[in-house]
Amino acid sequence: MTTRAIDLTAGPSSGPGPNGPAAEPPVSQLRSRHLLGIAGLDAHEITLILDTAEAMKEIGKRAIKKVPTLRGRTVVNLFFEPSTRTRTSFEIAEKRLSADTLSIATATSSVTKGETLIDTVRNLEAMSPDMIVMRHASSGAAELLARMCQSTIINAGDGMHEHPTQALLDAFTIREHKRRLAGLKVAIVGDLMHSRVLRSNVLLLKTMGADVWACGPSTLMPVGIERLGARATISGDEAVEGADVVMLLRIQHERMHGHFIPSVREYFTLFGMTAERVRRARPDVIVMHPGPMNRGVEIDSEVADAPYSVILEQVSNGVAVRMAVLYLLSGRERREDEID
Amino acid sequence: MKLLLKNGRVVDPASGRDGAFDVLIENGKVARIEKNLPANGAEVLEIAPGWIVAPGLIDVHVHLREPGQEHKETVATGAASAIAGGFTAVACMPNTDPVNDHAGITQFILKKAAEAQLARVYPIGAVSIGSKGEQLAELGEQKAAGCIAFTDDGRPVATALLMRRALEYAGMLRVPIINHCEDPSLKGDGVAHEGYHASALGLRGIPGVAESLMVERDVSLAELTNGHVHIAHMSARQSLRAVRAGKSRGVRVTCEVAPHHFTLTDESLEGPPKYDTNFKMNPPLREAADRDAMLEGISDGSVDLIATDHAPHHADEKMLEFDRAPFGIVGLETAVPIVCDRLLHAGRITVARLIELLSVNPARVFNLPGGSLAEGVAADVTIIAPDLKSTVTASTLRSKSKNTPFDGWELRGGVAATIVDGRPVYKNPSAFGSSR
Repeated sequence: MTTRAIDLTAGPSSGPGPNGPAAEPPVSQLRSRHLLGIAGLDAHEITLILDTAEAMKEIGKRAIKKVPTLRGRTVVNLFFEPSTRTRTSFEIAEKRLSADTLSIATATSSVTKGETLIDTVRNLEAMSPDMIVMRHASSGAAELLARMCQSTIINAGDGMHEHPTQALLDAFTIREHKRRLAGLKVAIVGDLMHSRVLRSNVLLLKTMGADVWACGPSTLMPVGIERLGARATISGDEAVEGADVVMLLRIQHERMHGHFIPSVREYFTLFGMTAERVRRARPDVIVMHPGPMNRGVEIDSEVADAPYSVILEQVSNGVAVRMAVLYLLSGRERREDEID
Repeated sequence: MKLLLKNGRVVDPASGRDGAFDVLIENGKVARIEKNLPANGAEVLEIAPGWIVAPGLIDVHVHLREPGQEHKETVATGAASAIAGGFTAVACMPNTDPVNDHAGITQFILKKAAEAQLARVYPIGAVSIGSKGEQLAELGEQKAAGCIAFTDDGRPVATALLMRRALEYAGMLRVPIINHCEDPSLKGDGVAHEGYHASALGLRGIPGVAESLMVERDVSLAELTNGHVHIAHMSARQSLRAVRAGKSRGVRVTCEVAPHHFTLTDESLEGPPKYDTNFKMNPPLREAADRDAMLEGISDGSVDLIATDHAPHHADEKMLEFDRAPFGIVGLETAVPIVCDRLLHAGRITVARLIELLSVNPARVFNLPGGSLAEGVAADVTIIAPDLKSTVTASTLRSKSKNTPFDGWELRGGVAATIVDGRPVYKNPSAFGSSR
């Protein structure tokens, strides 16, 4: 995998570097000015983001982890759902790119005063931010903002719909280990129905040519999972058999109330990822989890802490991938301004 | 006052009449239906070639929102929307604020309708007090005040016991119970049809069986009680199967289908734009197999009538996250164009069946006046221009609310004029030319 050379020192006036390595990449920018989901991206765009993230990752290894790329840009992180990992990751990514950032959590927002989402965002927009990163409990909330508001919208997770930067950082992590995505067997095991991580990952991995398996109890299997692009199985063993990647999804304790599972104990017995089960996978398997993980429910501690676990690498890579997304979308926005 | 409808194709399935006749309306009643009637001082309304003179259309499933939600619709604006859509009469649902569970509220609605003097308005009362499913409302007094049927619409009749008693009691009063069929536990907090598209969009699903389970319950209870149950806004193919089974063994079950359920599918949720809340209604838009089943039921007669489930909501309320926006769309002014375009011109139904679905059967099922064009009946007449091309424009709807999924649709067929009680209350400017 070649790392694209990108001039990160020149400040906001530079686009993605034209002086890349020998082979000119098929695309040098994203078609959309928003990142609402993986659904809007093609394989070239996904590759562009992952390649850009490699350059970004290098910045994080420097003593001074900061470039002036987004200097003078304002990014608002608008989180209507509790999130530590994703919000922190975006904030660090923004700061490393020298953006001015502001994070708003639901407890301090106007939403509790009865203001609509659109009014809240339009009020923020009156203060001229460039980008809004939003996490929201309602599927489609990011699409709504993109339709009704002016800013570039980055979806940091909307309901059960999509979490595109998670899928991108997962793909980045897989690619670092496997050097490719195409042809890999990726088993995703857990609460499929309620997971935006599942949807974004299936879309991305399918687009990149991976063989995606979705595994969970039949009560948590979304209708039409095959049409989404995954092979469905209710057998954890079958899912893991010969897998290159095993990705676990969180099982929330409240799922017992919808009669989805009888108990987390039984879930662990049937689907929990134990070291014994992992042995069915390829010897060079990696085990992933988007977090927050429930040890002893979807994943045994022995697996979570095993050498093949890349869970913390995922977190590290999240910053690089989000830097790449912010960078690529800021470039897009600037070009539009120039046309105007 | 005399009005002569000149040279129309009069289609009156109730009498089997279908041909070119003049219709003389006098003192609010149909006086004569004959060929070549002289004007004799009557105002003459020339009916263009191809237009159909039909008994007034009746929409038995409309939310007029008054009292309590006048920002969405009032009796007057809803009636204005009705006549612009060709409906001479509408039946309004009791889920107002307060719920129409009392004769006093029924009288209030009728007073508002009389003041508006547009369409006839038939209130439908609540089955239970507050539609809470706990205590039977005073159906007898409500009927005496003017209610034509009872329902807890917006919600299902909560328990099998309440449904049983309601059917028995309403049977005594000779009125039907309308039910919004939906198993609450299966519906859960669902907002879209349970299927591929809801999965892809991350929306919580409502399976078709959530509806049909209760249809099956109600068919069984109607059989037990010999009461008349009318299934509101049927959407699922499994429900149609249950209705057919009931009908075939003589159960008094009737059903309606809304235009959106025989026109659209859940694929519309994929946009563009995605998550458009004007495609959010309950029951939800279902998959193609359900839509096709509704079309089949309409063609083969197992569906009794078409009703719009006109459900106005303010733009502010619809401009929300999909799962937070209210269910429902307006339907009065788009029904006839859709029925003409999607059913009549698609060869699925005849003109006579169209009038059965929109006029004859609503009157028969709910024992309402109208549904026929015989000499001596009240002159409620709808003149349909089946080839009139129009583009649905949400902003120009007469309804106070503009929440239609059909904005921008080009459709063939529309309403030329609406006559209520002998008075031409609506003339479509695009049918009569700009000079009118």
